[in-house]
Amino acid sequence: MRHLGVLARIQLSDAEVERLTGQLDVIVDNIAKVSQVATPDIPATSHPIPLENVFRADEVGDMLTLEQALRNAPDAADGRFRVTAILGEEQ
Amino acid sequence: MAKDTLMDFDAALELFEPVLGFEVHVELNTKTKMFSAAANPANSENHDAAPNTLIAPVDLGLPGSLPVVNETAVRYSISLGLALGCSIASPSRFARKNYFYPDLGKNYQISQYDEPIAFEGSVDVELADGTIVTVPIERAHMEEDAGKLSHVGGATGRIQGAEYSLVDYNRAGVPLVEIVTKPIFGAEHRAPEIAKAYVQTIRDIVLSLGISEARMERGNLRCDANVSLRPRGQEKLGTRTETKNVNSMRSVERAVRYEIQRQAAILAAGGTITQETRHWHEDTGTTSPGRPKSDADDYRYFPEPDLLPVAPSVELIEELRSALPEPPAVRRRRLKTEWGFTDLEFQDAANSGILPEIEATVAAGASPASARKWWTGELTRIAKVEGKEPAELVEPAAVAELQRLVDAGTLTDKLARQVLEGMVAGEGTPQQIVDARGLAVVSDDGALIAAIDEALAAQPDVLAKIRDGKVQAAGAVIGAVMKAMRGQADAARVRELVLERAAQ
Amino acid sequence: MTDLTRLSAADLADRLASREISSVEATRAHLDRIAAVDGDIRAFLHVSDHALEVAADIDRRRGAGDRLGPVAGVPLAIKDVLVTTDMPSTSGSKILEGYLSPVDATVVARSRAAGLVPLGKTNMDEFAMGSSTEHSAYGATHNPWDLDRIPGGSGGGSAAAVAAFEAPLALGSDTGGSIRQPAHVTGTVGLKPTYGGVSRYGAIALASSLDQVGPVTRTVLDAGLLHDVIGGHDPHDSTSLAEAWPSFAAAAREGARGDVLKGLKVGVIKELPDSGFQAGVSASFRGALAAMEAHGAELVEISAPHFEYGVAAYYLILPAEASSNLAKFDSVRFGLRVDVPGGTVEDVMAATRDAGFGDEVKRRIILGTYALSAGYYDAYYGSAQKVRTLIQRDFDTAFAQVDVIATPSAPTTAFRLGEKIDDPLQMYLNDVTTIPANLAGVPGISIPSGLAEEDGLPVGIQFLAPAREDARLYRVGAALEAVLVDSWGAPLLDRAPMLGGAL
Ligand SMILES: [Mg+2]
Ligand SMILES: [Zn+2]
Repeated sequence: MRHLGVLARIQLSDAEVERLTGQLDVIVDNIAKVSQVATPDIPATSHPIPLENVFRADEVGDMLTLEQALRNAPDAADGRFRVTAILGEEQ
Repeated sequence: MAKDTLMDFDAALELFEPVLGFEVHVELNTKTKMFSAAANPANSENHDAAPNTLIAPVDLGLPGSLPVVNETAVRYSISLGLALGCSIASPSRFARKNYFYPDLGKNYQISQYDEPIAFEGSVDVELADGTIVTVPIERAHMEEDAGKLSHVGGATGRIQGAEYSLVDYNRAGVPLVEIVTKPIFGAEHRAPEIAKAYVQTIRDIVLSLGISEARMERGNLRCDANVSLRPRGQEKLGTRTETKNVNSMRSVERAVRYEIQRQAAILAAGGTITQETRHWHEDTGTTSPGRPKSDADDYRYFPEPDLLPVAPSVELIEELRSALPEPPAVRRRRLKTEWGFTDLEFQDAANSGILPEIEATVAAGASPASARKWWTGELTRIAKVEGKEPAELVEPAAVAELQRLVDAGTLTDKLARQVLEGMVAGEGTPQQIVDARGLAVVSDDGALIAAIDEALAAQPDVLAKIRDGKVQAAGAVIGAVMKAMRGQADAARVRELVLERAAQ
Repeated sequence: MTDLTRLSAADLADRLASREISSVEATRAHLDRIAAVDGDIRAFLHVSDHALEVAADIDRRRGAGDRLGPVAGVPLAIKDVLVTTDMPSTSGSKILEGYLSPVDATVVARSRAAGLVPLGKTNMDEFAMGSSTEHSAYGATHNPWDLDRIPGGSGGGSAAAVAAFEAPLALGSDTGGSIRQPAHVTGTVGLKPTYGGVSRYGAIALASSLDQVGPVTRTVLDAGLLHDVIGGHDPHDSTSLAEAWPSFAAAAREGARGDVLKGLKVGVIKELPDSGFQAGVSASFRGALAAMEAHGAELVEISAPHFEYGVAAYYLILPAEASSNLAKFDSVRFGLRVDVPGGTVEDVMAATRDAGFGDEVKRRIILGTYALSAGYYDAYYGSAQKVRTLIQRDFDTAFAQVDVIATPSAPTTAFRLGEKIDDPLQMYLNDVTTIPANLAGVPGISIPSGLAEEDGLPVGIQFLAPAREDARLYRVGAALEAVLVDSWGAPLLDRAPMLGGAL
């Protein structure tokens, strides 16, 4: 559960961890239910209406102004978004 | 940082067999991004854009924004896949790779996972001595680039010790193709050379396809090098490290050599290799540990529900296949023979990335030797000074015209270099510059003789020496005449005339 | 003088077109109504401060002889899941408080272009996760039929606004029933279009493969009018269907004229026994079916054996997609930031998301993260997608036999605020009848079928049609609506209690 909190970037309190641990059972029950019928011969449906090759022509369209891009930023400097120190590595 | 112990390279190779693998990211030079209609900073049109000015909502992951696939990026990816000898998947699918990082607008990267656009291919890589090594390709998949972080505070602009970071999302969403090799066995002591030649070949391929600017220093082409060692005679692969973002051809070679030496020293001392990413440091020529491989690999891939499968038709694939340029190795061999360059001359030109320019200059009528001379000489020099690529300076056809003027005796080499400066400065065609600057060779003997007589009269001692048979003394007079002519004279003809006049 | 807020959008549109009334008058009437009753209902998170200007502009253009669309000048409420350039968009979450989008959602842009007058943004369960609107970070919305009860969810605000005559038209979004279930509990009409029929661009994503935007209204014709405005291909949404659509308003008018029910084959699912529903709900459902039969419809029992797996599949797919869609709320580019003194950006992200998301959102993000975790993808998300295939096959088989499928829109009438909030599983079961349509991508409509005898609260009947056959739902829905309203003597909502502000 702690690991899930880290992956999801949500700082969970002990109480939350406890409560959510119980509720993971919901997922487990759902898995059990779904596994009853999800046999290997059934194809998965990723999109309810099957389409393919939906493309955009390579033409420049509307872009945001710098002001629009930064308007909602909690913090910005130098025309860029500002965040506090990063510890982890780039992926 | 503790200094790594290194084993001598040859000693390392005696004990261990190196196994290589590469992930090369190629930024495509489409007009727009992979999933948005924002202009693409990896296209030369947009190099100078200010931070966060090439932005569509989806590049920032704004609420409600949606990606739409760039058709040209797909075509380029298929072409690249075909040039790598890959099969093209139909359908292929986009997937989300979920991880949090501030340079990622959505906190997932749209990539491809189990159904990449291209898979199972190989490329022939030619080493300096002409040996061909076949590198097996596992896959090439489409994805989007992330934004750029700059770290402020702390000593080096590096991530460690920085006080805060600034994010520019211009690069977020730039179309990428990631080319992943299979493990490369049998490289042995040529591993570093193969590494460099492989990246060079990928660069040649994308340049010949015209799908990327492929400038490593700009990050258009980025190489992650995987290296592992296994003791001689052992079947099982050793633990590998992944050295990230090695951003020059030479560094690829050095990084592979370094990792072989570093890992060998650890293994020989009875240690184990940690599976991790490593960072290459250009300044020190060393690698340092990055993140360990375990947790961060929990990417929770799943099919991207906002995008649909890409299912190229057989017709499209065959159309793109028939439009493929010659494979780089074949083309190089052909050009080298046609042009009659020495190995060194050819390698020099190839390494500067100006084979296409030389080819176009020759096609416009110049001899291969003169075309090579201009592009590897003067133009490469000016490009360095101006921080540009030679190809950005002038058109090959104009270089051919310049050479025609030299061949016709209208310009000396020295004058031609002045004309070239005018061409780079955008002053017009070579002939226009010759006319405007009045740079043509003075071929009127009368004018030359008048200048020579004047110079001889001014330097009677020299005249005496020449008459004494010390012909080399003529140099001083020739120099004076050339100066008087502002360089616009054929020095050989001047010499002839000086000796003639002195004898009289 | 007629109370303009009691008119349907179609009636308002007629009077606007004939210049009997102006858009300013219509808009002002609705703003007054909001001012009078929304203190009790709390349907709106934000009321536009320039709706009257927009209305005046429409009047000016009409006066100048501009050709305006059929609903120009009619007021519109917009679910807060849709981004708007002139009003904040929060999706019911603290993490987006005050967020101003640089672009309009496509459906909003099209509404503006059609001359609809945005009144404000309506309340919803945070990020559309819920069936009661109690999970809004800005407080619950109240059901106009009984202020102690939920208005459904997640689009409780839009449904309540329409039911309380605060707006004649509203936009909603439906991921597992968030348009249809609120319609059911508020005595209104709601339609979830075929997946891809209406653009999702600018709809803050919950579960991308399930979400669909649609109309929330008091009559079937009004839903058709709004659907005509917002529907159709949008190149900004890759999953948007490219085909041309018929006029849904025309389909509704055709249905209301009469003989659509004659010979109509209506499928009733044998795996959904009456016992699964509140007595008054199944009684109302049976009553509606009987009325249809009386007008020539033929009831056919069909089997949909995999529908019972729908909820389980849904609660694997939804959290998985949502956990990824909601990752963008990280305090870097927009939205809330909770500073952590001395902390790294990772700490700031985690603290922000802990403070900015409500319990239900956190719960689903964690469940979704789990469902996608290494090694579980195939077993979890992948298997759930197989259930989608099975449910689609059930639909295919059924629609080979019948024209539409009918179900009660939800198992119970409006429950009391707070009654189920601590019981997520019970809450999830609310969606049992609506979820299959989202999983399979087929359209569904809920229209009022009457009141439940035991509590006097509204009940809805849901019709489902094959993908792309949204027009059929308008024909059938309008036909049954005409029959029922005729039998009641007046629209169902006329029986709703007068609210404090009604004069
Ligand atoms: Mg990689
Ligand atoms: Zn990559």
